[in-house]
Amino acid sequence: MAKVEFDVPEIKEFVEVPKIKDGAMAHSSPFVAKPDHQKALGFPGELVENWEDVAIGKMGDLLGKYRSFRVFLDICVKCGACTDKCHYYLGTSDPKNMPVARQDLLRRVYRRYFTLAGKWFPKLVGAVDLNKEVLDEWYTYYHQCSQCRRCSVFCPYGIDTAEISMAAREILDSVGVGQKYCNEIIGKVYKIGNNLGLPEPALLDTLEGLEEDIEDETGVTVKLPLDQEGADILLVTPSADFFAEPHVDGLMGYAKVFHAAGASWTLSSYASEAGNFGMFIGSYQNMREISQRIRKAALDLGVKRIVFGECGHAWRIAYSFLNTLAGPFDFLDKNYPVPQHICEYTYDLIQKGAIKLDKEANDDMVVTYHDSCNVARATRMGDKPGGQFSIPREVIKASCNHFYDMKRDTIHEETFCCGGGGGLLTDDLLELRVKGAYPRMDALRKVVEEHGVTHMAAICAICKSQFSKVYPYYGFTLDQIVSLHQLVSNAIVLKDEQ
Amino acid sequence: MILSSLFALLFLFAVAVLVLGTAYKIKQYINVPAPLKIPTTPAPTTKSGVVWRLFREVVFFESLFKSTKWTWIFSWIFHMSMFVVLARHIRYFNEPVWSWVALIQPFGIYAGFTMIIGMLGLLARRIFVDRVKYISSPSDYIMLLLILSIGATGLLMKFVEHTDIVTFKAFIQGIITFNWQPLPTDPLLLVHLMLVIILMIIFPFSKLLHAPGIFFSPTRNQVDNPREQRHIAKWAEKFETSDGQ
Ligand code: HEM
Ligand code: HEM
Ligand code: SF4
Ligand code: SF4
Repeated sequence: MAKVEFDVPEIKEFVEVPKIKDGAMAHSSPFVAKPDHQKALGFPGELVENWEDVAIGKMGDLLGKYRSFRVFLDICVKCGACTDKCHYYLGTSDPKNMPVARQDLLRRVYRRYFTLAGKWFPKLVGAVDLNKEVLDEWYTYYHQCSQCRRCSVFCPYGIDTAEISMAAREILDSVGVGQKYCNEIIGKVYKIGNNLGLPEPALLDTLEGLEEDIEDETGVTVKLPLDQEGADILLVTPSADFFAEPHVDGLMGYAKVFHAAGASWTLSSYASEAGNFGMFIGSYQNMREISQRIRKAALDLGVKRIVFGECGHAWRIAYSFLNTLAGPFDFLDKNYPVPQHICEYTYDLIQKGAIKLDKEANDDMVVTYHDSCNVARATRMGDKPGGQFSIPREVIKASCNHFYDMKRDTIHEETFCCGGGGGLLTDDLLELRVKGAYPRMDALRKVVEEHGVTHMAAICAICKSQFSKVYPYYGFTLDQIVSLHQLVSNAIVLKDEQ
Repeated sequence: MILSSLFALLFLFAVAVLVLGTAYKIKQYINVPAPLKIPTTPAPTTKSGVVWRLFREVVFFESLFKSTKWTWIFSWIFHMSMFVVLARHIRYFNEPVWSWVALIQPFGIYAGFTMIIGMLGLLARRIFVDRVKYISSPSDYIMLLLILSIGATGLLMKFVEHTDIVTFKAFIQGIITFNWQPLPTDPLLLVHLMLVIILMIIFPFSKLLHAPGIFFSPTRNQVDNPREQRHIAKWAEKFETSDGQ
């Protein structure tokens, strides 16, 4: 692929809210899905003939199905509170990347076709007819939203642009213009079981390799079982964990934790993916179908608990939607929440003193922590609100001696997206990804300068991949992004059980 | 008398549109299901927690406060003043006037001014901040100007061109009891009333739906308990049986 030419945002003393630059990102659209990818998910292969009617029909359908969509399109007062909250606006200056302007791309059409004001006085309320230009603009700008929900934290009515983006993508899919990256990946899950398309033999091979690595490094035999019937715990983790650094280091960390706790656990080749891109394209049905794989794996393997590995949007679906999409889980052990996050699991063990961590093992690092959007703003860990912030930090602090948070307005529920979430982690959107990472990179730069931070830990496969890609643009090196359980993995004290 | 009848009729019509239109929208919001749990977290884990969260949003504009202090201060002053002004207006509609309405009368006068100050601040923001200007349609300016004009005509009546409040109250009482009485014909009063009638009519068709809408916003009104309680929408139930789960 040709090298893309664009300016990387410059890190300044303060993050400035830029002046608007109309059309600054109008050229950035991801590749369109091929007919095969579309059809595999039950969408038309290419732009259907009467697409205007189909799109408006779909919009009407969604208005009757999602209260969020209906209410959010009605009640925005254009107060502007969200306009400087999106990392894509801050990084690109394109006004259509302001959350409210992004919503307006759809809201204008909603007003024209579904409200009296828009039918009678379109000019007055900014309503427009649906035409090809509008459709193209939807495709462009609804693929410049990582569905991170930062805007919804600041909107006085909690209007969540992610909901609008999801609806827009579903409308786009329904008329035949889907996004290649997401739809191709969903197809792989149906065919092979995971986003990366790793078949069972490859998985087995990888897991054996990891077992050897752990044994070489620690002298202890730690198993990474696959498809083991009768195990207590099913671990569902993003397939990136089987594939690349720093993800695999996290996976080795989970394995060591299970080993140290003496737990019986297994991975599943059928549900070898925690990620669920059905959410990114706003498709309840696809999201449900992918979730059902986890239910089936749990039933087939006869496990008692389900634990999720480090993945942001996967945890959202697991925590917030799994019970809805694939429940009820009354066949699992009722003494544990279903599902559990690996951080909750490890944290419990630390609390009980059931595992031992030697913090000094990580003394070569000064660590900060990146709250992933979906974990921060769409889920919880533990039984108290905000556990999603404190539990990962507690686990980090139990694993290393040097930890510093980034600035308060860039963490917790105000965290900035890595720039690659929501189905945008594809090379055809590289410019957007680099620019969208700017607010996070800026916050990181500051803790590096102030506290000598050397590494940033994350609990999301997309965040980790995205940072590995964009770090060099901002003068960091690839190995400065680590998995949270990589820290645990370094620190955990193992004894051979045999 | 023709003018009085016309205004009385228009007034009744506007009230009907406001009440029925808003009721229709609320019913629509109730009927559309929220298929997935999407509260913006950290979110309350109990119903009473949600009530408290919404209370903070409605009374203090908590999220707006987190977001931008300037908009918050103008907006909050505008809304709170408007509610005081509206409460002060209750005196035209009930007889005998409730004692709390009588009590706030003096504050109501200041509230008229602060309401206008708040709105001027919001208007300035809309005109001078490039981002807010970009997202504004003509209707967004007109809405502010409309309410500004209502406030201005009200204040002018109060301080410059007094209207005959006793006759006016009789007119309003007449509408309520269907025993129509003449309306004082001061131009300011007629303009004030006409603008209010317009405001009531556009309420259910405009962004003013934010007032009822905030209570139906799923990111704010949902309890964070998806692991504990299964939540399933009617339309999604059909999938449950189709694959035999
Ligand atoms: C439950 C009651 C209400 C709540 C919680 C509420 C809250 C808000 C908030 C948070 C804003 C955004 C900030 C701003 O731009 O001012 C706003 C804007 C606005 N509200 Fe309300 N509001 C309520 C009722 C009303 C009512 C009854 C009216 C008028 C009849 C009204 C008129 C407006 C207008 C015109 C704006 C836009 C101001 C602008 O252009 O900047 N609100 N409201
Ligand atoms: C129900 C419809 C309304 C009627 C019948 C009405 C009538 C009146 C009258 C007769 C006055 C003169 C008071 C005096 O001279 O002492 C007045 C004042 C005023 N009105 Fe209205 N009005 C209505 C709605 C509104 C609304 C919706 C607003 C604002 C959004 C508003 C804002 C004001 C203000 C600021 C004043 C001056 C301060 C005050 O006397 O409280 N009015 N109104
Ligand atoms: S959800 Fe995130 S990416 Fe999308 S508009 Fe809001 S802040 Fe921007
Ligand atoms: S903060 Fe909410 S109400 Fe205000 S402009 Fe943005 S989406 Fe609209």
